[in-house]
Amino acid sequence: MKCAVIQFPGSNCDLDAVKAISQTVSQPVELIWHTATNLAAYDLIVVPGGFSYGDYLRAGAIARFAPVMREVEKAAQEGRYVLGICNGFQILTEAKLLPGALRRNESLQFRCEMAQLVVENNRTAFTDHYAVGEQIAIPIAHGEGNYYADERTLHQLQENGQIVFRYAKEHNPNGSVDDIAGIVNERGNVLGMMPHPERAVHSLLGSEDGVRLFSSILHVWGETHASIRS
Amino acid sequence: MNFLAKIYVTLKASVLDPQGTTVTHALHAQNFLSVSDVRVGKYMEVTLSAQSKEEAATLVRDMCDQLLTNPVIETYTFELTEAQS
Repeated sequence: MKCAVIQFPGSNCDLDAVKAISQTVSQPVELIWHTATNLAAYDLIVVPGGFSYGDYLRAGAIARFAPVMREVEKAAQEGRYVLGICNGFQILTEAKLLPGALRRNESLQFRCEMAQLVVENNRTAFTDHYAVGEQIAIPIAHGEGNYYADERTLHQLQENGQIVFRYAKEHNPNGSVDDIAGIVNERGNVLGMMPHPERAVHSLLGSEDGVRLFSSILHVWGETHASIRS
Repeated sequence: MNFLAKIYVTLKASVLDPQGTTVTHALHAQNFLSVSDVRVGKYMEVTLSAQSKEEAATLVRDMCDQLLTNPVIETYTFELTEAQS
């Protein structure tokens, strides 16, 4: 499984994502600059956290028009895996690869802490190794993680099982509607989440619960490719 | 012709504005009790050239829809004046 981690000016979780992938699933992973125009070789594309283009205008608004994003859209259309973490999630909603938008945290505070998430759907390529209802610890670090979608979109997300992670009851750190922490697109190959699984891959970091997100992707990718080969 | 667009971006009425709420509370604390609501938004000035005011307005609307605002949560108004070239 070949992996790409996109680097925008202002990305700051790119190297964490590279290390997380190489250390959890030992797959080849490359850093790709935002001006790249060909991502055809990659099976998994990570849009990492950070403050792309200084978060000027709105978080993710400018990165969404970077040349590389056309390739990310193409990968998503082709069914390859796209994982947007934190600023990456904001970019994916701005790019309309995921519905909704991220607003300023309700408290107006920048929240940097360990969050408790509940796995709502384990029938995605990103959550195959988790159990439904399982509570996992994944850190957050954001000022604009307050997910918003209108009633109709929320209903669709719910109906289609697109809500993948919720913050545990009474522990919503940002005011996000329906306690949503992460969603997938309808096809299930694009995941956006505010918490940082790449920062939860070793006990020294306070949690290893992010490891299974990466091992899930590798596992599902491996199964798909085994069936193509056979 | 050169035009100056003054663009006002605010969160949609249906979207909670935590900054506005905080400012409302601060004004109440300063005894401005007549204040019932505050909405905090963004103000941008865009200078552009166009053949006519209509063309300039179309351009500004396109800019707002594509980049300057997020229509999922925000709404905008603008004023357009002819600027000195």
